[in-house]
Amino acid sequence: MSKVKTLDDLRKLRDELKSKTTLRDRSENPEGIVQVKVAMATCCIASGSRETMNYLADELEKRNIEAVVTQTGCMGYCYAEPTVEVKMPGKEPIVFGYVNEKKADEIIEKYIRGGELVEGIIPMNYQSIDEDKK
Amino acid sequence: MSDFKIHLLVCGGTGCKASESARVAENLKNEIAGQGLDDFAQVITTGCFGFCEKGPIVKIIPDNTFYTQVSPADAKEIVDEHIVKGRKVERLLYLNPENNERVSDSKGMNFYKKQLRIALRNCGIIDPENIDEYIAREGYEALGKVLSTMTPEEAIAVVKASGLRGRGGAGFPTGLKWELTRQTKSDIKYVVCNADEGDPGAFMDRSILEGDPHSVIEAMAINGYCTGASEGLVYIRAEYPLAIERLKTAIRQAREYGLLGKNIFGTNFSFDITLRYGAGAFVCGEETALIHSMEGLRGEPTLKPPFPSVEGYLKKPTNVNNIETYANIPVIFNKGPEWFASIGTEKSKGTKVFALAGKVNNVGLIEVPMGITLREVIFEIGGGIKNGKKFKAVQTGGPSGGCLTEKHLDTPIDYDNLIAAGSMMGSGGMVVMDEDDCMVDVAKYFLDFTVEESCGKCNPCRIGNKRLYELLDKITKGNGVKEDVDRLINLSNVIKDTSLCMLGGSSPNPVLATIEHFRDEYEAHIIDKRCPAGVCKALMVYSIVEENCVGCTACARACPVGAITGERKQIHIIDQALCIKCGACMDRCKFNAVIVK
Repeated sequence: MSKVKTLDDLRKLRDELKSKTTLRDRSENPEGIVQVKVAMATCCIASGSRETMNYLADELEKRNIEAVVTQTGCMGYCYAEPTVEVKMPGKEPIVFGYVNEKKADEIIEKYIRGGELVEGIIPMNYQSIDEDKK
Repeated sequence: MSDFKIHLLVCGGTGCKASESARVAENLKNEIAGQGLDDFAQVITTGCFGFCEKGPIVKIIPDNTFYTQVSPADAKEIVDEHIVKGRKVERLLYLNPENNERVSDSKGMNFYKKQLRIALRNCGIIDPENIDEYIAREGYEALGKVLSTMTPEEAIAVVKASGLRGRGGAGFPTGLKWELTRQTKSDIKYVVCNADEGDPGAFMDRSILEGDPHSVIEAMAINGYCTGASEGLVYIRAEYPLAIERLKTAIRQAREYGLLGKNIFGTNFSFDITLRYGAGAFVCGEETALIHSMEGLRGEPTLKPPFPSVEGYLKKPTNVNNIETYANIPVIFNKGPEWFASIGTEKSKGTKVFALAGKVNNVGLIEVPMGITLREVIFEIGGGIKNGKKFKAVQTGGPSGGCLTEKHLDTPIDYDNLIAAGSMMGSGGMVVMDEDDCMVDVAKYFLDFTVEESCGKCNPCRIGNKRLYELLDKITKGNGVKEDVDRLINLSNVIKDTSLCMLGGSSPNPVLATIEHFRDEYEAHIIDKRCPAGVCKALMVYSIVEENCVGCTACARACPVGAITGERKQIHIIDQALCIKCGACMDRCKFNAVIVK
């Protein structure tokens, strides 16, 4: 370990280390940033949701988009796995089906960055109890 | 290196470690490795989350899932269900006692809603044994800024502007203390961290050292620069082994990074820290006693002045600050003194950490902005009184403080309000009492502690406290006389006025406060020979109600001393001379025939 000799050294070091704890910082205030939920039940994993989740998390980071990627249980759209729910700040969550890496890339570029909808949206025809309570 | 997608934060504070959190962490690691997910999820041992009531705690990031009372055997289910399949393990989620619903997101817990964490900002978030995680969260930025861009005077001005006051109890303005030490001319000066936390039930300082040791190291270095000291000493009690271990690790890492040692940040400022161990004497929290103990002398206080900032360790100017005070310092420089001063009340800025203990539902470590009310702390954060009992009083300031009652519940908590109410801030112990607590017994408990901990140097404290204890003991045994209450008050005032240090200067506070607020309880003990809360055994009389007794002999068989006599199907009688008041008969009786008065 080379020593920290100046304030700039420290700041450079911090930039390198920052990613270690950004996940924890962001989870403190997820409402203000993009929240991505990847369904991760047996059927989803079998259809490649873990690859999708890794891809989304890595790419969002690379493209400098502040987001928190979490996994969730079965969303019920087993026919359309992997499914991904994206919630932009201040907007209703939207669920996308058949999200492979190509689709994920499209979601990031078009929906998250550009705000335009992409194909593959699954209409939400239920309410979750949690939301109901609020 | 690809970053981890999921962080599993496992509490590694002393409380959770005692309930096997180390094995929880180990099992989680093994299960994750077994699933081939070791580059996906990472297990991190952190400092205290504060929610000690329900430890061990495992928090899963980024979805903020807060698992409570996790046992090593639960690791498999957490990994198989939550980490692999994204399904939360319902049964381990925190159960909100108000509506019996599981709370999955820690932000939804009342315990955290009113808290503001400055001194505890990193506790439960970073790995205290990894300096990189501290640096990633702005660690050592304040030290770098101070050394590279400020003169010592400018830095002291920042601390003064923040309004920070000493968190060890007395509330002396920190910036002023630093300035006094700076102004004393001397070739050698010292900076000391007071880690001698001695109040019964208090664990604020321990938790900071265990959860975020680097914040204390960074602040001590800043203090050294400001006061002109190049040597820092941490006086810590040897009974805090985990805190000592983590502090040593942190010091070693800081040296490796060049953040302690010679020419820090390329300036000509050099600073290093060593540890001094105490044997856990309460009086050594007093700064002059602490300094004597570090010098290898008996831990006894000496008269002030001279203040340590003029003549302290080895007769050199010494700046002594408490751990929590230090933990606030880096934030003040990073966020600005105006930001810090915007929190709190007019004369008490910032936040205060409290160790919430006693009869509340959520026992734990909390940090709240100054000016919050006791009601918010006890009934919202603390979740109210255990078992639906009635709130009676809360002791703040430990054995040196006093009790506050129902009528103080809406008083904003700060240094001055607590003193006005007859108590004090102290280091942050907060013991909640309910209707089942006898206030005479509480006063006796604290006096027992001070008698034990008095160093014996001055007469008022050594003899006076012992006499106070004897008077209280006499009252709880039913031998009190009417004049005793006035005797207690007189003696208390004499001890307060004439003691050498603040140990004796504050030890009668629990007696005075309980007499002021609960004089009726003292009188019940003395005049009616009765303990209203049913705590003082000597005043309790167990008897059998004739109408209810069916003569089943259950009580007689339960009595360990054979004090109950009576034939089968005949009324039983308790021999008061033999009865030891253990209550076994009452527990056993199915007919409510045994009563206690």
